[in-house]
Amino acid sequence: MSTPVRTSRRSSIRGGEAASGWLFTAPMIVLLGMFLVIPVLMALWVSFSDWNGRGSPFAASVSFVGVDNYSVLLGGGGLAEQDFGTALRNNAWYVLLVVPIQTMLALFLAVLVNRQILRGRGFFRTAFYFPSVTSSVAITVLWLFLFSSTGAVNKLLSFIGVNGPNWFNDPSGVLHNILGLFGVETGPAALTGNTFLGISFWEWLAGPSVAMSAFILMAVFTTGGTFMLLFIAALQNLSGEVVEAAMMDGANGWQRFWRVTLPQLRPTLFTVLTLGLIGAWQVFDQIYTGTQGGPGKTTLTPAYLSYQSAFTNQAWGQGAAIAFILFVIIVVFTLFQRWLLAERKVSARRMRPYLQTPRDGGSR
Amino acid sequence: MLIVLAIIYIAPFLIQVATSFKTDADAASNPMALIPETWSTAAYQRLFLNSDFPVWFQNSAIVTVFVTLGRVFFNSLAGYALARLHFRGRNVIFALLIAVMSVPGVVLLIPKFLVINQLGIYDTYVAMIVPLLTDAAGVFIMKNFFESIPASVEEQARIDGAGTFRVFWSIVLPMARPALVTIIILSFQGSWNELSHFIVATQSPELTTLTKGVASLASGQLSQGTQYPLKLAAAAIMTIPVAVMFFIFQKRIMNTTDGAVKE
Repeated sequence: MSTPVRTSRRSSIRGGEAASGWLFTAPMIVLLGMFLVIPVLMALWVSFSDWNGRGSPFAASVSFVGVDNYSVLLGGGGLAEQDFGTALRNNAWYVLLVVPIQTMLALFLAVLVNRQILRGRGFFRTAFYFPSVTSSVAITVLWLFLFSSTGAVNKLLSFIGVNGPNWFNDPSGVLHNILGLFGVETGPAALTGNTFLGISFWEWLAGPSVAMSAFILMAVFTTGGTFMLLFIAALQNLSGEVVEAAMMDGANGWQRFWRVTLPQLRPTLFTVLTLGLIGAWQVFDQIYTGTQGGPGKTTLTPAYLSYQSAFTNQAWGQGAAIAFILFVIIVVFTLFQRWLLAERKVSARRMRPYLQTPRDGGSR
Repeated sequence: MLIVLAIIYIAPFLIQVATSFKTDADAASNPMALIPETWSTAAYQRLFLNSDFPVWFQNSAIVTVFVTLGRVFFNSLAGYALARLHFRGRNVIFALLIAVMSVPGVVLLIPKFLVINQLGIYDTYVAMIVPLLTDAAGVFIMKNFFESIPASVEEQARIDGAGTFRVFWSIVLPMARPALVTIIILSFQGSWNELSHFIVATQSPELTTLTKGVASLASGQLSQGTQYPLKLAAAAIMTIPVAVMFFIFQKRIMNTTDGAVKE
């Protein structure tokens, strides 16, 4: 089809393309390289050094200290380890509660809003999505007011006879408080006597503090709408045929949702859970604006601790080390989730009956 | 059910606006009232006439405008090259882009400060703006979009003798309006609401942005006592530009998926 003339002409265009290709991508490469790749490498060096924030981290006076910064955090037995353990504990509870709740809420809102018969869908979508576009700083300021001791939330609680806590000043763990209702004030020796990362197992099981719970509610409130949009998009791409077939087979609404709709939403579910997980391990803005780790360090998170160690306490190596440990945690969780939600390979034996119709044996 | 949920979602913002017009005492004693006992614009007067608030607003506006313009240009340039131009190393660049996208932002706090400091641009507009001028996710969105435009359109222009940049600028870019709008919305929102980058890139009061300023208000600067009306007024004004943006482009935002990847 292509004549020699045409070929040479095309290749000359392609030749020009190479130059423009690099030219077009150069700004991006330079910017991302300078402010993403190089910084990460520099921080990696700092996490293995004793740099104190003065002068260049590459100056001769800065020395390589191996994994010292990491070992102080992971087994030093001092305050640094304790703070790091506390921060991990706080954030772990935050993740454990925020990620499932926001995912369920988002899916729930999407299904509600997506119903064909619903009037004013746009209004409801807007209402649910709006918190997602406002800045975390503005929302935190609002939250500090709503959850203050004389705030709207406590006012609301007083209507039903509940005496609300002083939310952002209450360091007590929610699970401990629940146990306290049953008269359990201290844990068994097996839990209080043994420690992990400088805090006892009993403390690990304290649950999120009352202050952290307010942040958890805030996260659910703000992110539900974002993920709702992803679910709505996925729901609209589903073909109605499968649901209709299930209807013909006599499946009720609940069964249709669990057995037919939900399995088809698997890829979106994976995206939402992964994004949620990545976000939830990085709580920073809210803590910086709101409680700065208090009360009693129960809203300290690794991200905030990393910032505080470096910028406030000038322990740059430690701060950088915390950041990298956090990085590893996020990567590990994402991989674990990918593995957990991956389509299981069907074993050869279970596959056999289907092999007669190879065309249908594929992805569907 | 839906109505109840909608009320739960909207009420906080109504309370916010109402409270910003209350007196301090009224805010504390009637936190839920949607109509102030006595209307007071004291909070707004204080913010605009007697604080650094206008400076913060101005800084946020400057940064947002430059970052948004930069992202529209650089992201589409790079996205176009990755989608359409054939050159050696394209796949490597793309693979690196994906890798870079997966680096969580908070991990970059200290690293960014190190480089900004090393470059000697700490505490300048340059440090606030330049690192945000492009973003991997934006390049990715543009690349996806350009791949969906039929190649025949460009070939026509090529045969007529247009250069690569000319084809990009006057033929392909105007067709990419839906994707560009997505980029504009995302970068406007992103840079207006950005906090952590400004914390590590600047320190002087003249360079404080709204996010940094309001965060410092929240932790007690400028105020004796709680001063909720003042804080909530600041947070409310800060929300207005993104809210306006949101309502203008609502259709587009609500259909994110068919906006970004047009089949």
